[in-house]
Amino acid sequence: MKLVIAIIRPDRLDAVQSKLQAVLDEGDNFRLTVQPVEGHGRLHGEVEYVRGVEVKPRMVRRTQITIAVNDPYVERAVQAIVEGARSGGTGAVGDGKIFVLPIDDCVRIRTGERGNSAI
Amino acid sequence: MVPGLALFYGGMVRQKNVLTTMMHSFVAMAVIGVQWIAIGYCLAFGQSVGGWIGWSWDYVLLQNLRHTADYADKAIPELVFVMFQGKFAIITPALISGAIAERVKFSGYVVFILLWSTLVYDPLAHWVWAPEGWLFKYGVLDFAGGTVVHIAAGVSALILAALLGPRRDYPAGAILPSNLVLTLTGAGLLWFGWFGFNAGSAVAAEMPVAGHIAGLAFTTTQTAAASAALVWMLIEWWHHGKPTSLGMASGIVAGLVAITPAAGHVAPCWAIVVGSVASLACYAAVRLKSRLGYDDSLDAFGVHGVGGLWGALATGIFCMIPVVGLIHGDAAQLVKQLVGAAATIVYCSIGTLVIGLAVKHTIGLRCDDEQERDGLDLTVHGERGYHFDL
Repeated sequence: MKLVIAIIRPDRLDAVQSKLQAVLDEGDNFRLTVQPVEGHGRLHGEVEYVRGVEVKPRMVRRTQITIAVNDPYVERAVQAIVEGARSGGTGAVGDGKIFVLPIDDCVRIRTGERGNSAI
Repeated sequence: MVPGLALFYGGMVRQKNVLTTMMHSFVAMAVIGVQWIAIGYCLAFGQSVGGWIGWSWDYVLLQNLRHTADYADKAIPELVFVMFQGKFAIITPALISGAIAERVKFSGYVVFILLWSTLVYDPLAHWVWAPEGWLFKYGVLDFAGGTVVHIAAGVSALILAALLGPRRDYPAGAILPSNLVLTLTGAGLLWFGWFGFNAGSAVAAEMPVAGHIAGLAFTTTQTAAASAALVWMLIEWWHHGKPTSLGMASGIVAGLVAITPAAGHVAPCWAIVVGSVASLACYAAVRLKSRLGYDDSLDAFGVHGVGGLWGALATGIFCMIPVVGLIHGDAAQLVKQLVGAAATIVYCSIGTLVIGLAVKHTIGLRCDDEQERDGLDLTVHGERGYHFDL
């Protein structure tokens, strides 16, 4: 079991969701959690103007998606996110990052099921 | 007008101070709304004492002002005039709040505006607008409050901002407006409300020409606001490559401020110049602020002080009715306008300094550092402006 955390451009969310659906959905809908996040990598925030004064916010706004997948699906999921999130076909600075982490356990709250079958 | 100002200012501050900033306008409505009935109207429009101040026991609490009475020789009920003038009295101290937003102590502010309105605004309104007031008799023209409202508020705002010192995050921190949608909504309400202020001020003209003067004021107000909005947008576009919505809103207000004293006195074509120059001057003043280092949070001085001063002078330059100004070959009115503006600046500076210092050393004028850090909405009012469900 792996936890896949991806930070993507907000406008790529639809595309990423569709690509993930194509590789993960096996008739029972796949699971996805989304949250708005702020931060910076190589890019900082866009310059904003307040009555002629330049203000440079240090953070850019991005969308973070979190999905937990069983091992056979990890590579497919990562590829799907890359395809969906890369802008303009060739990609650009600011497209985001994907992190893959091991998961110790997983619990389905409704039934108490644990492990691979709970994902 | 006043709720419009609450929105205009409220949108420009950070999320943690949106309520307290809007409260500054609303509490002026509450405090001055009562003060005006109690003694404000009496001090401004009561029987003149040497042209300096009004006073008549009949007007204290309006107790002997019958509802059937008309104002002077005009065909309007005096109580309507009381309410109309009361709105000017309310908005003037509320305008000041823009310079001290995000750090002023609420209780100190409430006491300040009560004292300021009574000791500074009311006498000033008497000088300029009461038929026996010394500046009125001298011939200063202030159609709808360029001097009484905007120079007074702007200059006092500057003094108070200096007295208070800058916000803890100024100028190093990124202070961004919480909601410019509110600010634009407020600017729209102000624009609309200003028609009432300016065209309504034709009440002072003799009947039956008052209607014609109202039409003139209506036209010049619209023309100046539009010209100023256009010019501010173009300056920013040229200067930064981007026309901002806050710039548009600022231009609208700058134009409205500048045309206020001139509204019923100048021809519509000159209103274009009044509005355009207002944006140039106010834009420069707002830019200069960051160089000079004082923290006029929402540019109450930069827009109202500078725009008001230009408007007062512009009235002397472009006026055609009831007297002619500089462009028609007579410099006398410009001199009178200068005297009016200078008297206002001096009186408001001293008055604000004295009242400001008195409040500062008794109740206190500035909130605690922790309150400022955590936001005044929560620490002073016990509320947040926005609760978003998780």
